[in-house]
Amino acid sequence: MPAPIRLRELIRTIRTARTQAEEREMIQKECAAIRSSFREEDNTYRCRNVAKLLYMHMLGYPAHFGQLECLKLIASQKFTDKRIGYLGAMLLLDERQDVHLLMTNCIKNDLNHSTQYVQGLALCTLGCMGSSEMCRDLAGEVEKLLKTSNSYLRKKAALCAVHVIRKVPELMEMFLPATKNLLSEKNHGVLHTSVVLLTEMCERSPDMLSHFRKLVPQLVRILKNLIMSGYSPEHDVSGISDPFLQVRILRLLRILGKGDDDSSEAMNDILAQVATNTETSKNVGNAILYETVLTIMDIKSESGLRVLAINILGRFLLNNDKNIRYVALTSLLKTVQTDHNAVQRHRSTIVDCLKDLDVSIKRRAMELSFALVNGNNIRGMMKELLYFLDSCDPDFKADCASGIFLAAEKYAPSKRWHIDTIMRVLTTAGSYVRDDSVPNLIQLITNSVEMHAYTVQRLYKALLDDISQQPLVQVASWCIGEYGDLLVSGQCEEEEPIQVTEDEVLDVLEGLLVSNLSTPVTRGYSLTAIMKLSTRFSSVNRIKKVVSIYGSSIDVELQQRAVEYNALFKKYDHMRPALLERMPIMEKTASNGPAEIVQTNGETESTILDTKHLPNITQPASQANDLLDLLGGNDVVPVIQTTVPTKPASAGGELLDLLGDLSLTGGPTPTPAPSVPMSQPPFLLDGLTSQPLFNDIAAGIPPMTAYNKNGLKIEFTFERSNPNPNIAVITIHATNSTEADMTDFVFQAAVPKTFQLQLLSPSSNVVPALNQGSVTQVIRVLNPQKVKHCEPRAHFASFCSSSLSICPETAQTLIRLVKLSKAE
Amino acid sequence: MIKAILIFNNHGKPRLSKFYEHYTEDTEQQIIRETFHLVSKRDENVCNFLEGGLLIGGSENKLIYRHYATLYFVFCVDSSESELGILDLIQVFVETLDKCFENVCELDLIFHMDKVHNILAEMVMGGMVLETNMSEIITQVEAQTKMEKSEAGIAGAPARAVSAVKNMNLPEMPKNINIGDISIKVPNLPSFK
Repeated sequence: MPAPIRLRELIRTIRTARTQAEEREMIQKECAAIRSSFREEDNTYRCRNVAKLLYMHMLGYPAHFGQLECLKLIASQKFTDKRIGYLGAMLLLDERQDVHLLMTNCIKNDLNHSTQYVQGLALCTLGCMGSSEMCRDLAGEVEKLLKTSNSYLRKKAALCAVHVIRKVPELMEMFLPATKNLLSEKNHGVLHTSVVLLTEMCERSPDMLSHFRKLVPQLVRILKNLIMSGYSPEHDVSGISDPFLQVRILRLLRILGKGDDDSSEAMNDILAQVATNTETSKNVGNAILYETVLTIMDIKSESGLRVLAINILGRFLLNNDKNIRYVALTSLLKTVQTDHNAVQRHRSTIVDCLKDLDVSIKRRAMELSFALVNGNNIRGMMKELLYFLDSCDPDFKADCASGIFLAAEKYAPSKRWHIDTIMRVLTTAGSYVRDDSVPNLIQLITNSVEMHAYTVQRLYKALLDDISQQPLVQVASWCIGEYGDLLVSGQCEEEEPIQVTEDEVLDVLEGLLVSNLSTPVTRGYSLTAIMKLSTRFSSVNRIKKVVSIYGSSIDVELQQRAVEYNALFKKYDHMRPALLERMPIMEKTASNGPAEIVQTNGETESTILDTKHLPNITQPASQANDLLDLLGGNDVVPVIQTTVPTKPASAGGELLDLLGDLSLTGGPTPTPAPSVPMSQPPFLLDGLTSQPLFNDIAAGIPPMTAYNKNGLKIEFTFERSNPNPNIAVITIHATNSTEADMTDFVFQAAVPKTFQLQLLSPSSNVVPALNQGSVTQVIRVLNPQKVKHCEPRAHFASFCSSSLSICPETAQTLIRLVKLSKAE
Repeated sequence: MIKAILIFNNHGKPRLSKFYEHYTEDTEQQIIRETFHLVSKRDENVCNFLEGGLLIGGSENKLIYRHYATLYFVFCVDSSESELGILDLIQVFVETLDKCFENVCELDLIFHMDKVHNILAEMVMGGMVLETNMSEIITQVEAQTKMEKSEAGIAGAPARAVSAVKNMNLPEMPKNINIGDISIKVPNLPSFK
């Protein structure tokens, strides 16, 4: 067997390969040769073979068959062998292979070797890829080496200790005694690694942190020596002596001084000195300044120092060097929370950075700009940001659009400005906005009642221009469906009203349905919009035709909708106006708030607002007024009716708004469609209607009978809600002792203005006869002011109007509850 | 912590790859390719910092790179390292290589991959900076190389011969031999008649 070729030869051969296939062939041949050489257990050439194997590994070819050979090399006595063996171990092995544990013994022996370089190799390998078992076994040896006087070994042992601590945090205490006099070393290498070790220990354990706080004076002294000492050639980098050590010490000072007044005070002088004396002409000086600034911002420094720090950052921003500007933007982002006003001063520079060619700088500037937006500068900033949105790369557009929405929502000076901004974003970056922005926008539009005409007009015009951006199209079709009558009637105060006929509007919506650019979701939106227009427009026949065509559509979603709408036209025409009425005003949620629980009702889209059947009963309005009458019109707030006459079958499927903000309930479809799968989110409380919601401490108020007349008995039980003791939870139980069922049972309530009331859905609206069952409903009353002796008069009106006229009296009865007081 | 150190040339061929975190072999190669893609797209006059690619930790990790002639030196670090400090570290590393190899070029890195690894091992250990003093690093590396050579036996004879010649202290060969003004007296030879 001829001697295996040298590494250099191999490299030379491989470089002559002209194609990838040739290279692969050569390497395979060589791999085969190496494998047979390994089989022969040839000691002399093993190290050469492994070296070649490592080279091939770097090029990307599999080399795992060399793992055991590395171990054999490590066990050899020769330094050359050990060196390649350890290198191979570091490159080829990791803790996922079982083979690595065999190394432990070798490493242990080598850690006690007489030659420092062998010890160094062992420490290096352990520090790079030691697994937790190995670390546990060998931590003692490492600790011993940490106390040696040999600086070469000491610095390696320090870093190895860091690795051990990372893998096995429990062993941290073991290294504590060895750290006692680490900082009194003269050798910079040891100092450097000791500071790293101390940093790691302080970051991991608050006890260590407080223990090491006493080292602050020593660190300050070392730093001072570094700055004051003259030119020392060995540690010099571009004129500054050992900047790496300076930066490390500054970082450790930052950790030690955070939140601690005494340490911060001890550091103030040295930080000021470093900040003023460091030369900034080279990158090195800037690195030190940057670290100093970060430290000043993090510790409890005095205000003069903080101003100095922000000014340094401002100077960085104006620097020509891109790296410095990038670094300045990053650190300003970190400090904008604490020192908002100081950073505002540099706003114009930051906004200029948006126009920079460098992608990294642009991203940082964008994040920082969003952080700086406030009520005063919103108009100017938004102009810049919209311009940026127009011209930036697609990767940025999504983040920028979301940021603009958030900022606009928080600081919009006027509704019209808000809507204009949103329109602008939708038209420029419409395909990049997040999915949840569509429902948010719809909610926003609904809430700005006076802008409806203006909004729908603008959206219509935008639709005429371009139907490719789906979020825009979805919002537009929803709005047209809701406010189409305003569009056609041409009433718009804000802008020049456009003349649009009903047919034109329907043309546009139908165009969306057939266009290839529309996604299925968009098609669903436009079909629903067309349907809604049937109550607002007069050309019902055309709408009927459209709807019936899609009854045989291939898309299941569209088909289902069309079939149901068809049925609405045919069998349930009397319900149609009520069903398709205008949406009520929705209360605002947080813009990227928690996902509302949506009753999907067989729908595939997740927008809560497109629940097509949101019946809005016309009755409650009048009844609320009656309530007011009864109370003499004093400070009572009529409650938005949240319950809905429902069929008993669908009782369990009511939408429950556990979050309490959006008081919408989606009524299940009144169509004859066979039971639509009610996919309820799993975290809806089951059996809500019959058991108390919060089984915690009772409020201390005994249950009471609120009403007992004509066979109808209503009982209240009280509880206090656990998360918020200001909320009283009242559960009503209604039972009927007459002989016939009471149907269409609806319970309403009103409270004084200082209170907030929430009615959750009842279990059903039929009270069975002869006390066979009961209707339960949960009411939550919040007293935000926690007034002790409040005098709320919760007036409850309950009425049952059944077709059988069971109760001879009229529907309304007032119950006066004595005191719904909050027992403190 | 430094996650990885990569050196590759302008065509993406790796010249050195050292990972301080565990990845499979395939992932390592993919990371090299992805990093090359990200870094080669950069202009000459933009900043030297990049967000890490998806494979190597995404936006939590940063790529800090420097382009020297035909080679890219890329350090992938996490947020605990100072970006400007790492730039300086790359500079120190390259200068050390320069001192060890005498005007280092790409060929040196190609043919002496193991030596580059050894130098790197003296500077960065376990993802953390060990030593930044150039002369110290070079001293250690040379001492270890000497140890290797002393073990090499007969196979090391040519290498030893070469280094012996290099270290030979030849006396300066005189370049111009200035004999000075020698007046050679030519004897008066009788003329032939």
